Parts: sequence; structure tokens; C-alpha cells
Amino acid sequence: MSRQPLTPDEYHELVSKLTPPSRMLRGYWRAFWVGGLICCIGQALTLWAQQLNLGEVTAPMFTTSCLIFLGTTLTGIGVYDRIGKYAGAGSAIPVTGFANSVAAPAIEFQREGAVMGVGARLFTLAGPVLAYGIGASVIVGVVYWLVRGWVL
Amino acid sequence: MNTLWMFLKAFVVGGLICDIGQLLIMRTKLTNARILVLFVVSGVVLTAVGVYKPLADFAGAGATVPLTGFGYSLAMGAIEAVNRYGLIGAFVGGITRTAAGITAAVVFGLINALVFKPHAKP
Amino acid sequence: MNRVGEQTFLYEHPPAIVSHASIVGPKEGRGPLASWFDTVLEDDILGQKSWELAEMEMVRRCAKNAMNQAQLSDEDVQAMLGGDLNNQIIASSFAARTLGIPFIGLYGACSTFVQALVMGAALISGGFLENALCVASSHFCTAERQFRFPLELGTQKPPQASRTATACGASLLAAQGNDNALRVTSGTVGRVIDLNITDANHMGAAMAPAVFDTVAAHLSDTGRRAEDYDLIATGDLGWIGRDLLLALADAAGIDLPPEKLIDCGASLYYQEQDTHAGGSGCGCVASVSCSWLMKRMEAGELNRLLLVGSGAMLSPTSSQQGQSVPGIAYAACIERSKV
Repeated sequence: MSRQPLTPDEYHELVSKLTPPSRMLRGYWRAFWVGGLICCIGQALTLWAQQLNLGEVTAPMFTTSCLIFLGTTLTGIGVYDRIGKYAGAGSAIPVTGFANSVAAPAIEFQREGAVMGVGARLFTLAGPVLAYGIGASVIVGVVYWLVRGWVL
Repeated sequence: MNTLWMFLKAFVVGGLICDIGQLLIMRTKLTNARILVLFVVSGVVLTAVGVYKPLADFAGAGATVPLTGFGYSLAMGAIEAVNRYGLIGAFVGGITRTAAGITAAVVFGLINALVFKPHAKP
Repeated sequence: MNRVGEQTFLYEHPPAIVSHASIVGPKEGRGPLASWFDTVLEDDILGQKSWELAEMEMVRRCAKNAMNQAQLSDEDVQAMLGGDLNNQIIASSFAARTLGIPFIGLYGACSTFVQALVMGAALISGGFLENALCVASSHFCTAERQFRFPLELGTQKPPQASRTATACGASLLAAQGNDNALRVTSGTVGRVIDLNITDANHMGAAMAPAVFDTVAAHLSDTGRRAEDYDLIATGDLGWIGRDLLLALADAAGIDLPPEKLIDCGASLYYQEQDTHAGGSGCGCVASVSCSWLMKRMEAGELNRLLLVGSGAMLSPTSSQQGQSVPGIAYAACIERSKV
């Protein structure tokens, strides 16, 4: 016996009516300019890499490493979570956000010890990204090998 | 002028890619982790079908800095390694090309845990 | 007769609230109720090595404060009833370890404080205890890392999300008390209600049907109407959950005047403090009722209060496995009158 005056479906309708929507335009604008700015920092680092005469393969590695250093350091001094609160995907999607997702659990779980705390938690968010990213790249490589062999 | 145009392209393309993520955050119930996975895998797939390379050539860091760019590196690495080593290259290329980024994240993450303490959000 | 209706205890010997104490974190100390709290902490860590130990220390200090006010020592208190949001309620049990008081650990998520009042009053009214310390706590940093993400991760929260309050409240119940002491006169044990809300951020929506169910049960069991109370205070429904509760009552034809309904979570912060839907956590209803509400009752502003604590019975495991979020609510009637 239920006292509820509404069925779950009616209640869900009421919930979506009474829940204020996210502020869409503001969200898009913030993600856009922060995300764009981080990419511009990456572009500047790429130019710098060219000045240092780094090759086509090593230059992107240099850029990525610098951005990751920036992301982890800003996480450590407690700035990146504030940027993230402001920018949302604007700071989560760039590779600095990946760095943040590695550094944040590493800092947070140091009290659980070096091995199962820092060591294991380091990959709570980065683990899925690496697992599925690497998995997909292997599939692409194998399919490419098959197609290449078949076409030639 | 050329440099300015390069930065403008990076800014706009990078910003738009982030806005796709923002759309997923605000319009769907996907968690952050799922959105990140989705972006990397999309990068791999878009590279495989030949869409992402022209975008990366056009927008530079605007396409390589977002996580889809990580997927782009993984896929390009796998394809190039297959050209060089045959089938086993599929297991080598992805990680080889992204090794610097992954190692940087792990090492700087560990250093962070040594240097910094957790702090409360205001 | 100690029981009326389907779910309600009517205490034959209503215990008195002989003292109450509250302690809140810095952010809560900048909110609208700041001046009512006994202690406002300067930081969230209290000189401890971890957030969990900080929460434990908060519970210990709050319990001590309540005992000191009642001039009772650790040995005088016969039982401590309480809980928190940590796995295996470690904040409360570790505090009980330090205090050495016989401990009854409770878990009702954010409703734990009212659950403790209902249970403690029953044990005293039934003659099993002469006094009981009811306590509940929550800490923003322990809750975030357990239920959500590491603190340093840059994420955005949707407008329906709430902020787990860093707060603790403790009330000391006793069989004896002076004539115009506050007394817990009845308590309603809620049922676990689930209307299939799957958004773990939307606590207000998950808990509002449970609060409605318990309030409706309490009113029908006691034969009262909402007007018979000076105030109905819900725990942590937040702004949106409060609106949902009013809409549910309206749909059921139960008269629930909006001016009589306040929500502790919605009262804890200013809107500018960017806490979205409001405060939540066990400490929210505990600290607000043990300060603002009880002090106003003692001042004679309110004579009969219905305190309704609500909890969302989810765990990280149930969320990850795609289960919906069930809610529960407990109601305690607190009255200031001669018995």
C-alpha cells in the first residue's frame, strides 16, 4: 500500500519541471574560451618546439609533456579544480584535464599509502581512458593490416 | 599574420571540441569518466576513417591538445607501426607514439603526491 | 500505550533534551545561521592527519560540549547513538572509542540524527536508559572522496546537486528534566520509498517522496494536521526538494502550508555561496536543529516542532550498478511544554 499520490512517471515529470536547467549559454561560452585558450598555449609550445629544432615526431611529445606538467602542477597547488568548476569541459577535455585526472586521486589518496593509495588510485580515471584508447588503437592497427593486405 | 591565423584556428577548433564535451555534460547524464573515454575512442575512430588527420593539419594544437588528439596519436602510431613492422605493429605503435604523454602524467602525478597535500574546496 | 497508528511511537515518558551542541565548518560559518552555532571551525582539518580523523574529532568535540553543558561526564552517559556517512560509520565509532560511552551505531544516511532521536527517546521512555547522547556528523571532504570524486578534480556540478555540510550536532536526552524543557514526544519510523530516481546528484528528488510518506504517516497516526505544528523542518531536501514535497502534498490533498515548512539544507547557505540546491549530509539537520531550531524553541518562539530527517540510501556500488536511489525519512515531534 502506497501513500504516494503520483506514479513514478508522473513524479519524474514533476521533477524535470521543478529542476532548474543548467545555464546553457554561459556553460558553452566558458568551455569554449578556456578550452580554446589551453589549445593556444599548446600552439605556442609547438612553435617553441620548432625553434628548438625538435622533429615532427618529438615536437608534439614535447608539447604534450609540457601541458601535462602544467596540468598536474595546477592540480597540486589547488587551482585546477577551480578552473574546472568554472570551465567544465573546457578544462576537462584538453590533455591538461587528463593530467588533472591522474594527479587529483594521487594527491587525494596519499593517506591510504604509497601502493594501494597513490599507486592504484592514480589510474581511477585515467585507467579507462588508456584501456579503451589503447584497445581501440590496436583494433584500428589490425583492421588496417587486414585491409592493406587485402587491397594490395 | 600567419602566426595569428594559426592561433585563431587553434582557439576556435579547440574551443568547439570542448563545447561538444560541455554539451554532453549539460544535456546527458554521462559521467566525466565516460565522456573522457568517449572522446579518446572517437579520436581513434575518426583518425581511422581519415577525418581527423586533415583536421589536425588544419587546426594544429586545436585538434591535438583535446583528448580526441590523444586518440589521433594512438591511431596514427598504430597505423605507422603496422607499415613498418607488420601485424605486431598494431600492438606497438599506439603506446610508442603516446609514451611521452603517458609517462609524463604518471611521473608528474607521483611527484605531485609527494609534494602537495590535499586541500578542501572553498 | 506506546504506539499509535502504523508507524509512530508515542512516548509514554517523553525524554527531555537537556542539552544540545553544534559545530560547523568554515563555509557553513559564513552562512545565514552562523551566529546560532556553538562552534565555527577555522579550517576543515582540525589539526588531524586525515579528513576522516577530522570528522571524528568534530564528533568528539561536539559530544563533549553537549555533555559539559549538562554537567555530565563520559561515565555518566549511558549510551551514545549516532552515525555518519563514512563506510562503516567510522567517524562516530572512532569518536565513541575515545569517549568510552556504550555505543549504538546507526545508519540512516542524512536522516541519521532524527533516527537517533527517535531510537534514543524510545529506549529512555521504555526504561532501558536514563540518558542518551544522540549525534550525527558529516564532512564535505570525506563525503566527496567516498561518494564522488577526489577534491582536486576539476568538475562542474549540476543545479540540482547539493553540498555535503561539514557539520555535527549532538543532543543529550534524559528521562529527567525541568518542567519547561524541550521533550521528544513522538517519533515516526519511515519506510524506504523509491520512485525510481536514478540521478545520484538529485538527492532532493530522491528523498522528497520518502519525506512525504513519513509526514503523511505521522499526521494520520497522530490524528493531527500540519497546522497543529508551529514549524515542520525537513533535513536536507534543498530548494528543489522542498518544492517537490509541497507539490506531492498538494497532489495528495494534504494541507501543508508553505510558511510552516522550512528545510535545514536550504537554510544553511546563502544562494551566493554556490552550493546549488543547498546543504546535505547527516550534519546538516543535526547542526541546524541543535542550534537554530532548539534555541528558538527554548526562547519560546516555537512550541511544537516536527523535525523530519531524510536520507538517500545509495552507495557508490549501487550507483555504479545503475540502481535507483531510494529514500527514507524519520520524524520526531519536539515540544516545549509541561508533561
